Amino acid sequence: MDDTDKAKRSPFARRQFLRAAGALGAGSMIGAQALDALAASTYMLPIGNGERPVLQYPQKRPLIVLTSRPPQLETPFEVFNESVITPNDAFFVRYHLAGVPTDIDGDAFRINVKGKVNTPLTLSVAELKKLDSIEYVAVNQCSGNSRGLFNPRVAGGQLANGAMGNAKWRGTPLKAVLDKAGVQAGAKQVRFDGLDGPVLPTTPDFAKALDVDHAMDGEVMIAYSMNDADLPMLNGYPVRLIVPGYYGTYWVKHLNEITVLDGVLDNFWMATAYRIPDDACACVPPGTGPKKTTPINRFDIRSFITSVKDGAKVKAGSPLHLRGIAFDGGFGIREVDVSTDGGRTWKEATLGKDLGKYSFREWQTTVALGRGTHELKVRAVNAIGQSQPSAPLWNPAGYMRNVVETTRVTAA
Amino acid sequence: MNHSNNMRWALLVGTLAALGAAAPAAALKIELPVETAAFKRGPGADAANEQCRTCHSVDYITTQPRDKPLAFWKAEVEKMKKVYGAPIPDDRIDELADYLARNYGTDK
Repeated sequence: MDDTDKAKRSPFARRQFLRAAGALGAGSMIGAQALDALAASTYMLPIGNGERPVLQYPQKRPLIVLTSRPPQLETPFEVFNESVITPNDAFFVRYHLAGVPTDIDGDAFRINVKGKVNTPLTLSVAELKKLDSIEYVAVNQCSGNSRGLFNPRVAGGQLANGAMGNAKWRGTPLKAVLDKAGVQAGAKQVRFDGLDGPVLPTTPDFAKALDVDHAMDGEVMIAYSMNDADLPMLNGYPVRLIVPGYYGTYWVKHLNEITVLDGVLDNFWMATAYRIPDDACACVPPGTGPKKTTPINRFDIRSFITSVKDGAKVKAGSPLHLRGIAFDGGFGIREVDVSTDGGRTWKEATLGKDLGKYSFREWQTTVALGRGTHELKVRAVNAIGQSQPSAPLWNPAGYMRNVVETTRVTAA
Repeated sequence: MNHSNNMRWALLVGTLAALGAAAPAAALKIELPVETAAFKRGPGADAANEQCRTCHSVDYITTQPRDKPLAFWKAEVEKMKKVYGAPIPDDRIDELADYLARNYGTDK
């Protein structure tokens, strides 16, 4: 197979991209799928050893399976060109530990609020819904999104760029719940735990923490709605924490325990894992380790071309419409630039509708390419002037990749 | 499969509507697909099946980069024991690391 054929080929080995049953809501008993037909389908990620099965999980359309126990599903990149909002059935799935809940009675579910509070609370979802509500669009992105593109390669979930998604979240501000409980003086952090847990008691349970000021900022949310529907089970039904602008590690699913602490949570998931080099670039020379680390926090800024795939063949001399997305950690996208000559010259793209500072921001532009091969590049700038590096930054855990992306096309 | 799923869902919606049970957050039950990835056969495969699959599926290993030497795989096995609390006996660590490096790494 020559490169042209390869370029034309869909990453799906078989074009049986069946649509899932649509928005499955509450009260459903979703049986095991007839998986045999789908199991034959695979997806080729643009990384070494990147062939993955494509399977349809409950409430999901066929997605790229990174791992099956616990389930980790990557969104095919094509989805990001369909709409600025990522549909629930296409939204990526990431669990850490194989004690995954598969049967939850949303009416019996309770959220316990305890620790350094005046009044410990036990809230049902219905009670939560009676408190203040807020709604905004926000990107969730895995810390290790794009890890498979690191060079040198690093251990961990070998993802391409599909461990991100943009959804409209509705829920109760965490502040409203903590105010109801009454945070005591001297509180330092708030710990979040969900129903998912380890197989063995010797494995550290997955729990995360935010500083009290962050937890009380009025934006951090306990979400019970995702794109106007209940959360899919695999995205945290019935409620999950939303920490806009922050990596998904803090977005605890099936959130059932909120504990106000008078110290700093020093469990494995805060003190050892999910830490980045404590320097301005969160990076170290490739192959080396950091001297000092800090917990991963805000997204860095990223942008993608979604309308043209790497290796695509396009028509020479004709207007080529390019579109894509950009996002950052919550300052907001100010500018997106596109280059058709490998980054020597740049043209400002037109930004799409502003859905809020935590959302994907669509952009579009039109270029014309002469015969030959071209390197298309896209870079974004946010409201405080941050942009993307022209060469990839590296860290040992494979977090926060945000290099200016390159899409190679041939015009003929 | 979509048909049967849709059908089941339609029946459920119908039943709920008939009962007037428009619950804001009702019971949700899913079944996860059965895992299919398996370890390559050969010396050490029994140890891998015994030790690794207690906590996670085999694709956790098979999807890792293939350009890594024995030291990478030994570090992973030790991480599973020390950090994730896997009860791997000390005298099986080398056997496991060798198997993983030979089958999924650069050691042939």
